[in-house]
Amino acid sequence: MTVVQLVTFKLNPQAGQPLYLQLMQQIRHAIDTGVLRAGDQLPGIRTLAEEIVVSHNTVAKAYSELEHDGVLELRHGSGAFIRAKSGSRLRSEKLRMGQERVRAIVETLRDQGLSEDEIRRIFETELLYPRQETARR
Amino acid sequence: MNYVIETHDLTKRFGTFEAVSKLNLHVAAEHVTGFLGRNGAGKSTTIKMLLGMTRPTSGSGTVLGCAITDTKENREMRRQVAYVGEDKQLYAYMTVDQLIRFTASFYPDWSDDVAQRLRRQYQLPGNRKVKALSKGMRTKLALLLALARRPALLILDEPSEGLDPVSIEELLQTLMGIAAEGTAVFFSSHQIAEVERIADRICILDHGKLAADLSLDELRRDYRRITLGFAMRPPEHVFEVPGVSRIATSGRQVVVLAHHNTDEIVARAHGLDAASVDVAPLTLRELFLETVKASNDVAL
Repeated sequence: MTVVQLVTFKLNPQAGQPLYLQLMQQIRHAIDTGVLRAGDQLPGIRTLAEEIVVSHNTVAKAYSELEHDGVLELRHGSGAFIRAKSGSRLRSEKLRMGQERVRAIVETLRDQGLSEDEIRRIFETELLYPRQETARR
Repeated sequence: MNYVIETHDLTKRFGTFEAVSKLNLHVAAEHVTGFLGRNGAGKSTTIKMLLGMTRPTSGSGTVLGCAITDTKENREMRRQVAYVGEDKQLYAYMTVDQLIRFTASFYPDWSDDVAQRLRRQYQLPGNRKVKALSKGMRTKLALLLALARRPALLILDEPSEGLDPVSIEELLQTLMGIAAEGTAVFFSSHQIAEVERIADRICILDHGKLAADLSLDELRRDYRRITLGFAMRPPEHVFEVPGVSRIATSGRQVVVLAHHNTDEIVARAHGLDAASVDVAPLTLRELFLETVKASNDVAL
């Protein structure tokens, strides 16, 4: 069976997030947006590790966590398959709405003269340290 | 965790100079480990001791369970460990094909498949003499000879030095492929961006001592640079909490480097009415500079 190259992953080694988590998110995102669908096969651990030039441990950890979460099914010797998931349509809809709202916020902040870097930092800080930030408000 | 390399107080003195000083190194099996340090930090001396090329002054170590100072065990270890050094000394008068056949005859586990695949992929001319190869081709040939042996542990000293960007990419891909097949990879490099991409763990050597040993996932998840701005000069000691490795104040700005308690530091800054709070991940380059410069006390 041939594995079609359905999606490419791009990890950022300098982001403040482990690479396996980045890979998990990108796989989830591809599923949420419909780029990957139930039954699709992902490359084997070695193939993907070579392709995106990361350690096999990164790919193995991402695959095994996604299997644990019920997103992937690992079949010994034949790779990783996307599992059918209920509510995925709902999720992609939520994601689309979220993206629209964020876009509107970003535009407003830009209009107020904040740079892209500053906006990115606000988002990152908010995601990393939500409690303190909200507690002060 | 299983270790392919373990050292205990490993020390090498040249006269009064201590090149490696009571080094306790642990390199995990089935992992890719980057070995970082400035020039003269003791990396090459450490690798030479591990391979039995030079004797430690004191201390001990094992590679794949074999004692590095035991001649018999050392011979057994060398069968399973491949090493690609800085100088890549090869028999210059042989052709590429002759050298491949010659090397193959020493190793029972030699894989012709791997050798031929890599010879094609690296576009090495089989009938060209080794002395007529470019530096990049020589590196690729050394790597081919190392990988075709299918070693349990691959040790590389500055593998990408002198290679062009395309060749570096090929090299890294090859390394990731062999690591996925179970070979532990231990490599020294000054190319921090490469190390950051492919390594699971890093060890930083400074003045012959182990200055850092951590997984890159830990670095990405836990290490933060917190830049705080205040309306007036703030008291530094407020930020002295466990997990903080450095506090630097310049004027009304405080920079805190922490790998723990980031939330607490941010909360304390807000408690002091900080005008700005910026939390950013620490890159490997920053961690490296911070680690090796700390002894010289140069601000980041």
